[in-house]
Amino acid sequence: MGDNRSAALAFDDIGMIFPDGTETLQNISFSVDKGEFVTVVGPSGCGKSTLLKIASGLLEPTAGAVDVDRDRLGYVFQDATLLPWRTVLGNVELLCELHGMAKAERRELAEASIDLVGLQGFQNHYPKSLSGGMKMRASLARTLTLKPPVFLFDEPFGAVDEITREHLNEETQQLFLQEGFAGLFITHSITEAVFMSTKVLVMSARPGKIVASFDIPFDYPRKPDLRFDAEFARISGEVSKELRGGHS
Amino acid sequence: MTDTVVETTAPKSVGPGKVKSIALNIIPPALFGALVLGGWYFISYVMLAENRRFLLRPPDKVLTEGFLDWGGTGGMSEMLQSLWSSTKVAGIGLFLAILIGLFLAVLMSQAVSVEKALFPFLVTLQAVPILAIVPLISFWWGTGQTSRVVVCIIIALFPIIVNTLFGLQSAEKGMHDLFTLHHVNRVTRLRKLMFPAALPALFAGLRISAGLSVVGAIVGDFFFGRGEVGLGQLIKRFASRLQGEELLTSVILSAGLGVAVFLLFTWLQNKAIGKWSDRAGLV
Repeated sequence: MGDNRSAALAFDDIGMIFPDGTETLQNISFSVDKGEFVTVVGPSGCGKSTLLKIASGLLEPTAGAVDVDRDRLGYVFQDATLLPWRTVLGNVELLCELHGMAKAERRELAEASIDLVGLQGFQNHYPKSLSGGMKMRASLARTLTLKPPVFLFDEPFGAVDEITREHLNEETQQLFLQEGFAGLFITHSITEAVFMSTKVLVMSARPGKIVASFDIPFDYPRKPDLRFDAEFARISGEVSKELRGGHS
Repeated sequence: MTDTVVETTAPKSVGPGKVKSIALNIIPPALFGALVLGGWYFISYVMLAENRRFLLRPPDKVLTEGFLDWGGTGGMSEMLQSLWSSTKVAGIGLFLAILIGLFLAVLMSQAVSVEKALFPFLVTLQAVPILAIVPLISFWWGTGQTSRVVVCIIIALFPIIVNTLFGLQSAEKGMHDLFTLHHVNRVTRLRKLMFPAALPALFAGLRISAGLSVVGAIVGDFFFGRGEVGLGQLIKRFASRLQGEELLTSVILSAGLGVAVFLLFTWLQNKAIGKWSDRAGLV
């Protein structure tokens, strides 16, 4: 699946067996190039999040290898993981702070990221006063400050309502176009996957294997109305069919 | 992207809501206080015969002969000096308990083996009745201020350790993963993640321990009974002389000291974490 030598992120025959004997992943090989947005869909428990943890180095695979530069890896978690004692600005500055950047520099990067995700005016708000969607935007802004060449999204919009989710999909797509990173996105939502991605990979139930790959032909930027397009519906149906096949 | 921001924060409640909140905080305790005073008068004047009224002197007598009588032995002047002595002991004991408690909690949070090694002994220390170890304390440290401070530390230590440890371990796994992804060292993780996350639980422990340190100061003074006269010694003396008004006054002063330190730590808690924690504002 692609030429791994030029890829920003490449999985080479990854397998994962947890210490309790549960085999979660089997023979996973694919790559994500710069300017590619790949989404992995699959049933619950098939190992999608495990795959991201392996990509980021939070977990070591029991077989295979990952090729990625982990120094400036962007990781957006399922929860916003904002520190409640820091304001939006403080949270967005956090990663730069952990990387030892000077205060003026990190402030500038944080302000720019906050502008990028549309949270202007909320810099001094604490997370407890933000909605779920705003928290996710702050989380995105925090990751953007490092200008990561590779972005990992671990089902980040699963906890927000449908409309907010659609807005966030459009905003993430906008960021992808502006920043040109290589994106690996995990989701349960087929519509979300097809709307945002250049490629959708379908994983089977545990142990997770890639059972299908769909190149998504729509040009960027994609308008919200694309979701009602006949071709969009056809591709979504194909993905769904593969997903059901992998589920059984 | 700004055009898609649809969420706004709710405006802060002002006006009638605030008045209602203040009324809710004042009226119920005021009514209950009035009920207690009424019951107190009823017991003193109706239930107790005059020759047995020393068992519970009425509130007005406590006010005039306890709080408003400043001169002589057992007067308010001496009681305030004793209150100050007990406050010093409680304050020093609490300060040392906080230092020791924080140190042990941080140590235990850094290694499960340390936690497992220390925890049974801390539970045992907490479970031993303080009266049982008072003789030992007097053997080792005498019967002066030091021993009273030691009693305060023993009583106040456990809630600080347990709550701080719980708080240090309360940061979500996702937050730890975030720090791990960026190769953060142990000290930075402790300083920027674990310690701030522990503050709400730490203050919960401090508020409990603050009250307990006052109990420790008075109990220690009561049993050691030597050196600078604190509220414990006064209570013992008034009880033995059947000075009901003075006894009740010193009991009320002791309770007042406990409430004062509790409110002080509640205020500190609200200052420290009030802006971001849901625990803030709890009394």
